[in-house]
Amino acid sequence: MAVRKKTSAIKNPPEHLLGIQNLSVQEAKQILKEAKEFISLNRSSSKKLDLLRGKTQINLFFEPSTRTQSSFDLAGKRLGADVMTMNMSNSALKKGETLIDTAMTLNAMHPDLIVIRHQDSGAPNLLSQKVNCAVINAGDGRREHPTQALLDALTIINRKGKIEGLKIAICGDILHSRVARSNIYLMNMLGAEVNVIAPKTLMPKSIERLGSKPFTNMKKGLDGCDIVMMLRLQNERMQGSFLPSKREYYEFFGLTPEKLKYANKDALIMHPGPMNRGVEIDTKLADDINVSLVKEQVELGVAVRMACLKIYCK
Amino acid sequence: MKEKIFINARIIDPSQKMDEKGSLILDKNGKVKAIGKNVKKSDAESSAEIFDIKGNVLIPGIVDMKAFVGEPGYEYKENFRTLSQAALAGGVTSIVTMPNTKPIIDNVSMVDFIIRRGRDKATVNLFPCASITKQTEGKLMTEFGLLSLRGIVGFSDVNKTVQNTELMARIMDYASDIGVLIMQHAEDYELSKNSCINDGEIATRLGLEGVSQIAEKIIIERDLSLLSEYPCRYHINQISSKKSLEVIKKNKSNGKKFSVGVSINNLSLNENDIGEFKTFLKLSPPLRLEEDRLSLVQGIRENLIDVIVSDHIPEDEESKRLPFSQAATGAIGIETLLPLALEMHHNESLPLNKIIETLTINPAKILQINKGTLAKGSDGDICVLDLDAPWVVEAEKLKSKSKNTAIEGRKLQGKILMTFLNGELVFNR
Repeated sequence: MAVRKKTSAIKNPPEHLLGIQNLSVQEAKQILKEAKEFISLNRSSSKKLDLLRGKTQINLFFEPSTRTQSSFDLAGKRLGADVMTMNMSNSALKKGETLIDTAMTLNAMHPDLIVIRHQDSGAPNLLSQKVNCAVINAGDGRREHPTQALLDALTIINRKGKIEGLKIAICGDILHSRVARSNIYLMNMLGAEVNVIAPKTLMPKSIERLGSKPFTNMKKGLDGCDIVMMLRLQNERMQGSFLPSKREYYEFFGLTPEKLKYANKDALIMHPGPMNRGVEIDTKLADDINVSLVKEQVELGVAVRMACLKIYCK
Repeated sequence: MKEKIFINARIIDPSQKMDEKGSLILDKNGKVKAIGKNVKKSDAESSAEIFDIKGNVLIPGIVDMKAFVGEPGYEYKENFRTLSQAALAGGVTSIVTMPNTKPIIDNVSMVDFIIRRGRDKATVNLFPCASITKQTEGKLMTEFGLLSLRGIVGFSDVNKTVQNTELMARIMDYASDIGVLIMQHAEDYELSKNSCINDGEIATRLGLEGVSQIAEKIIIERDLSLLSEYPCRYHINQISSKKSLEVIKKNKSNGKKFSVGVSINNLSLNENDIGEFKTFLKLSPPLRLEEDRLSLVQGIRENLIDVIVSDHIPEDEESKRLPFSQAATGAIGIETLLPLALEMHHNESLPLNKIIETLTINPAKILQINKGTLAKGSDGDICVLDLDAPWVVEAEKLKSKSKNTAIEGRKLQGKILMTFLNGELVFNR
């Protein structure tokens, strides 16, 4: 496969990928374009390139993660970088070291890329002020998860051919979701209309100001939608503190074949994972390859992360 | 001490409803001997030291009702000496200090310590507060009577609220009998759990937990209900929202007696100023909408808010260089209190006299201290300022030991030229 040596066509690309909020439309489209080129590479038998040979990528995960962490891990390795993954949930931070000190320590090892996942919103922004390499946000608190939104966009483009003019519904725990926020920004930038559907207690304040129409009813919210993105609902939130019960949530907000009928006929389902089968989504529906894009999302996630690593690595 | 005479001054003293060109004479003990337009040079002794104010403004020294001094326990953030220097450079001559030191000022021996230490190290008038509850835990009341006898002017759990309604009722009942001042921070903990900024668009965008206006309002409503039963001297430290103001308006117009403060930060900044995680603007109560800010300004004009405070909270860099939700809360502000407040005069949102009133005689009256006035016989605590001189806030040039100002780079108008304490020149630019 022919991959151009020149790493980026963007003029003065931003130094870090902190969120979709900081991206321009051109930058987002550039990432998607580059990612598209990696899809077939990832499907071929020889998956390794040497674009990032000699470069060091550190994955700094302060929060447990399976798919995002492995996806970044694989993406770096396929581009030829030396990848080190640090699981920080049981590391120096527990000994009282601050994020800044950890950053300074790692910075002294001259990495070219730091991928960070952190439970506090804004942690990647803080980190980016203190290190000399590119910082890529792999999810911070409830603020942003830019590579997830980008892989969602790529998945939609791959299936629907475009995003412009589509109507996309995001359903579930919008309040605590960084995936929802990043997707609202990105889908708006790419010309889609976004509905968010959630019970009132899981709907953040002024969400319409971010570029979405809020609904508390699946029938109204799914009306005319081409894509239905379901979000994970965490267990501790559905036992009386935010919602009365699991089964009440499933009754009104769980995606079932019946509720899917409110959307367009050819509507497709997405989920950032991990799924709670039978809580936010009917288990058969989740596995139905005719309507569910869940596996494709994971697959294209690697391609999107390869594109991001390539563009942001200097 | 020689007599001093200040000539060619525009004297503004709201305690006497005075705003006139005139002179002021301080006697040998540093007390005001004469003041006003009718005072002549010849009224002073011939040996008197003459200060030509050259048309600048002369006001009573400012009384800041809420500031934190790091002693004891947090000397690395601020000590009596640095706090004094910052205060005097800002025209502040009297400071009400908060009790959330380490250890907390909740017993008589701590008060003795703080008064002795303050007397030795501070160069301003200190009026210490003690906590309402032991260890500010909201469980057991402190010795209001004994602590008052030792010189405590008011009781506050600072940034903590007495959550237990039964205890709060007893506190107010007991306080009403012995006449002590209870200063409440209004925040319902259940409603403000984990939160660090206003619950609104910015919280949604930054992915931070927001604290709703109700958290403040509900405590104010509760306490004002209790106040009907137990009419003590009750003061709300700082309010931040329009909704709280509506409750206050209703209660004040029903004739209920209580007082209300606001931080200069909430009067001059809003939630948009937080930008991308500026932790120096993480404050409690949080910055809210522009609409709220405007209503607070209006609240001062309508006498619903009595006092403007600096809410001076020095924090070292380490406690601010953290992810927003982990970062310490608060900003320094004692040195910039008056110049920042003058912004509301320059942009014509408040009359100058009103601003000075909320910074001088109003807090003095609430605290029942003999300050904030230049009436004949008062202490010679004076601030002289150039009302219009422009300057830019630079953290490094501020005198506080900590540099966490919320208004770095702000262009202000109004410079303090001289500050006098008990008749002595203690700051001269």
